[in-house]
Amino acid sequence: MCLAIPAKVVEIREGEQALVDLSGVRKEISLALVEGVAPGDFVIVHVGYALQKVDPDEAERTLALFAGLEATREAAA
Amino acid sequence: MKYVDEYRDGALARTIAARIAAAVRPGRTYHFMEFCGGHTHAISRYGVTDLLPPSVVMVHGPGCPVCVLPVGRIDMAIELALREKVVLCTYADTVRVPASGGLSLMKAKARGADVRMVYSAADALRIAREEPGREVVFFAIGFETTTPPTALVLREARAAGLSNFSVFCNHVLTPSAIAHILESPEVRELGTVVIDGFVGPAHVSTVIGAQPYEYFAEEYRKPVVIAGFEPLDVMLAVEMLVRQVNEGRAEVENEFTRAVTREGNARAKDLVAEVFELRRSFEWRGLGLVPYSALRLKTEWSAFDAERRFAMADRRVPDPKACECGAILRGVKKPVDCKVFGTACTPETPIGSCMVSSEGACAAHYTYGRYRSAA
Ligand code: SF4
Repeated sequence: MCLAIPAKVVEIREGEQALVDLSGVRKEISLALVEGVAPGDFVIVHVGYALQKVDPDEAERTLALFAGLEATREAAA
Repeated sequence: MKYVDEYRDGALARTIAARIAAAVRPGRTYHFMEFCGGHTHAISRYGVTDLLPPSVVMVHGPGCPVCVLPVGRIDMAIELALREKVVLCTYADTVRVPASGGLSLMKAKARGADVRMVYSAADALRIAREEPGREVVFFAIGFETTTPPTALVLREARAAGLSNFSVFCNHVLTPSAIAHILESPEVRELGTVVIDGFVGPAHVSTVIGAQPYEYFAEEYRKPVVIAGFEPLDVMLAVEMLVRQVNEGRAEVENEFTRAVTREGNARAKDLVAEVFELRRSFEWRGLGLVPYSALRLKTEWSAFDAERRFAMADRRVPDPKACECGAILRGVKKPVDCKVFGTACTPETPIGSCMVSSEGACAAHYTYGRYRSAA
């Protein structure tokens, strides 16, 4: 039940709800636990609630770390 | 799929694997516990262990919410559904966990209990709104990730003046479980479980942040690396752990920076603090009574607390005899050490809780790893 993938916010709806795209499947979830989410953002969804926004810059940094370790220390600091 | 595919790249996985292989010191072994069931699942599903050098051993931890729910609490829920005739709403995996007397919530349903599987806490609240003539109880389970949604619906229920909705709270806390494992005789005295570091949970950490782990790093001198839920995340975290061990460091590092900050989600944490308080102790399957390891509703919220509303009595029931879930959840045994693994106990006919959810060590191993380790 903890398994989840990042979902893309497609549309913000009334009552802190949002329509998200989970790899092709559209679903309505709640944004009540997060702040400042806009269409196009990715969020981590769990049991129908967004828990956090995905930070695109940090995501890039982690991808860079996969290829080479040089930056690890820096990212960890 | 963005933020998924690039974290599952096989070629990159081998690159990281090669770096790990180059980093491990000859003659020493590295035991890392992945606390979270989501990681157990990813490790089994993507064969992460096969990519790691033999000297790096992954130990499964107790971070599967369905697995750690003790028999007694499920018995209590079943009794509530049968005796009080409430509508009992719960997350899907919970209904298949074996309880006493050969029952489970699913089997109780066949006997007339009104058990409903919900995807989210909001669904349970909706049922209460739609059926004002029925008592609706949300059987809430899970770690710090499912707790904020439960708090939210409680707040909504109170604001709407719903008098037919309550929560049977079984929310548990990750840091207390880690502390309990580190304090256990197997780790401290007997040395039967060796843990050189932890892969910290992904989802839980999005909520609580990296900060709560700093205590373990300092107090117990154990490195913690918080990792995302994709296979490359886990591998990079293992690499970071190996380097910490080699350099004699015990720090909290964060591999999952794209979703985890040091502070976590303040809004979610505030909500939880508003509604819940610590229980003195709570029974975990496999770990027994763990002090201050679970939450209950604060007194101001007692009208919505199913345990008080229906005068439910606490119950402790031992696990089925053949089942090794307890030892597996403590990292002492592996699924294949259980005599009934894959024979009498399968995901279709689970005997213990670890075979129920796909995050359970037995179910993950059965589905993805059984043949590999037999070969
Ligand atoms: S195989 Fe089944 S009975 Fe054995 S430990 Fe796992 S869940 Fe329990």
